[in-house]
Amino acid sequence: MKQTSHAFLENAHEALQDADKAKRRELLATFMPLVRDAAMDNFGHFEDLRQHVKQLRQHSLENLDHYLTKFEQEAVQNGNRVHFAEDGNELNSIVLDICQQHSARHIAKGKSMVTEETGLNDYLKRAGLKVTETDLGEYIIQQAGETPSHIVGPALHKSAAEIRELFLEKHDLGERDLTETVDMVDEARQVLREHFLNAEVGIIGANALVAENGYSMLVTNEGNGDLCANLPNVLIVCTTIDRVLPRPEDAMAMLRLLVRSATGQPHTCYTSFYSGPRRVQDSDGPLETHFVLLDNSRTDILASDYSEMLQCIRCGACLNHCPIYAATGGHAYGWVYPGPMGSILTPLLTSLEQSHALPNACTSCGRCAEVCPADIPLPDLLRDLRHDEAKQKLSPVRWRQGMRLHAWLARHPGLYRAVTNVGIFALHLLGRSKGSFSKLPLASGWTSQRDFPAPQGKTFMQQLAASQREDKARVHKATRSAAKKSASGKPRKKSAGPVNERREPGLRADWPRKPDPRKPAGTVRAPKTGTEATGKTKAHPGGPRGKKPRQRKPDDR
Amino acid sequence: MPPTETHQPIPPASLRVSLFVTCLADLFRPSVAFASIKLLEQAGCEVSVPLKQTCCGQPAYNTGDFESSIPLARQLIQQFEDADYVVVPSGSCAGMICHHYPKLLQGEWRERALQLAAKTFELTTFLNDIAHIKRGEQPVVKLPSVTYHDSCAGLRELSIKNQPRALLKELCDKEVDELQQTEVCCGFGGTFCTKMPEISGKMVGDKLASAVATKARILTGGDLGCLLNIAGRAKRNGEDIEVRHIAELLCGDIDGPAIGEGQ
Repeated sequence: MKQTSHAFLENAHEALQDADKAKRRELLATFMPLVRDAAMDNFGHFEDLRQHVKQLRQHSLENLDHYLTKFEQEAVQNGNRVHFAEDGNELNSIVLDICQQHSARHIAKGKSMVTEETGLNDYLKRAGLKVTETDLGEYIIQQAGETPSHIVGPALHKSAAEIRELFLEKHDLGERDLTETVDMVDEARQVLREHFLNAEVGIIGANALVAENGYSMLVTNEGNGDLCANLPNVLIVCTTIDRVLPRPEDAMAMLRLLVRSATGQPHTCYTSFYSGPRRVQDSDGPLETHFVLLDNSRTDILASDYSEMLQCIRCGACLNHCPIYAATGGHAYGWVYPGPMGSILTPLLTSLEQSHALPNACTSCGRCAEVCPADIPLPDLLRDLRHDEAKQKLSPVRWRQGMRLHAWLARHPGLYRAVTNVGIFALHLLGRSKGSFSKLPLASGWTSQRDFPAPQGKTFMQQLAASQREDKARVHKATRSAAKKSASGKPRKKSAGPVNERREPGLRADWPRKPDPRKPAGTVRAPKTGTEATGKTKAHPGGPRGKKPRQRKPDDR
Repeated sequence: MPPTETHQPIPPASLRVSLFVTCLADLFRPSVAFASIKLLEQAGCEVSVPLKQTCCGQPAYNTGDFESSIPLARQLIQQFEDADYVVVPSGSCAGMICHHYPKLLQGEWRERALQLAAKTFELTTFLNDIAHIKRGEQPVVKLPSVTYHDSCAGLRELSIKNQPRALLKELCDKEVDELQQTEVCCGFGGTFCTKMPEISGKMVGDKLASAVATKARILTGGDLGCLLNIAGRAKRNGEDIEVRHIAELLCGDIDGPAIGEGQ
């Protein structure tokens, strides 16, 4: 798949031009969060289970070598063959080899983002094989020659009318109506049935690998995965090494959150575990089964500061809740994985050079992290990628210099005041009658979409300093006249008092210094200790969802 | 939010507050800072304004220039750590101090950041949950219809949701005409709005449309960044809705020009 992530802004521009599609995305962005929230509310244990699932994922990843070895042993014991692929090409060639060993010409394929990542379909097609996607969404976009716009609903960008046109054009079935959605689904079912029956090899993905028994788990709503797995003589399960979980019950725990997060259902229509080839006593099932487990940078990610990204269970909730995904749609991201998870995975799996626009497609609104069932700190990871972008000098030089200049100025309060006092007052004078600017030099990004509100007047700090000067003068005058009066023997009136004892706005600049918290406690006042930090959770209970702040590794600080 | 009963009432005299004005209020909307001081004093606090304060470092931090934001974080910690409370009329700046400083800094500075975080509050949270401001003898602030934009950082990092609404009820006897999708971002996102103007424009356009649909006279919120964004778009679209900071509303300062409005 040709990557166009570098052209995210251009892709987004194009996407925003299509009003119908924009409207569709808007509806989905309203609807999907509603169904997910309703499912979670009904379930009622979201936070508990998500902490559990997060720990499960972290534990499995931390002991990946152990659980992968265990999975391999068990799977081989069950009669499977297990292959490990370093990268996408290796996966593709392993799959092709298996197909060719069986002289396969027709492949029935279930939905698999991993094989989108490796470009398996094109690879097999080039070798002369006919691959048919059997998930309805995948089938639709395969017919249309498109790529998935969503990791769970690959054809969510297509309207029923478009699908009708597509089927009328692609299926040679004569005169028919197809006005009802159900007719289209029926037609797809009829057409796909032939493909299931003709296929010599079935390829599916996996939502989890269970180390304890060597099974893989797959959830679908259409049952197409099971037909791919059971009808052809050969089954190939393609997935990545990070899908492994210790026990079946762990897979079930994950399933509870996965399905609710993805579609708002309590469970999918089909949840299947695949153990291995047909046994003597079995009446059906594949004769030969393979697992192809892909690494493709996962090991590197595990060893990096981005290891939390591997906790992802591919539910798509972050896409459904991301306002930027809602605005641009999935294709704008220019590769396989869109939305917040895609903006992290794409740079990690391809390169930051060609995809550094993606981590910038984020307002740090935090809605993705709020709903992520694996509790991945997505906005933090996106910010860390922007840090890498800055360090590698990939961002525009004027941005980097502008930020540095602003920060430098802010470190010199005197100079900062001098510059802002002049600049802000000038802006105020220029803009006060209209109240805002429709064009402003150096702010074209802002003014291309909205007016730039003019400052109210002098800066607050300037006004504060002026009022303090006035106050000082007043106090000075009052003290002098009081002194005069007391010298003349008259009773002394109440003085205005020292400046910082009076309670007028901003008169006080500072509180008396407290003892240095780093030094041992004196008798004056006990230094504040770490217990205060614990108290913070109390003060901000919903804060970072009661978790410890994500501490960065001590690299460059 | 914590049930308010868990907070022991603190004698007003002991509430010594340092105000972090925030750079946007300092530069664009000083009335927000004046209103904040007025409200804090009304709540019985003694307010100081450290004079050398500038910026919390959030713009650099969110752009990925952590190295530039670290000295600013340390500078702010030094300037404010002697206060009993630090109050900030912005959810995102308060979130920066409370949640991001401890991630950004290491060692001793991290400890100091955590101590500062423990006593730093966004304005409406402080007024409602800590100072328990009451209308008391004050007259009800009369307001036209109001809608409220939940800014993301305040909402998700600091759980600010009920506080501004409770304060509007207490001080102004006003119920909020709620926005559709009130928890969706307005498209500001700091530098995001200028880096990706078209996407940001779509987002703020949607936000403005839902604000207009409420038929409220005033849109308010706790973060000037979002408010400048929405006000600018309202001005561009010629929408007749006033955008004002929640602090201004709560102390009845609604006679001057709204954000982006001419004099």
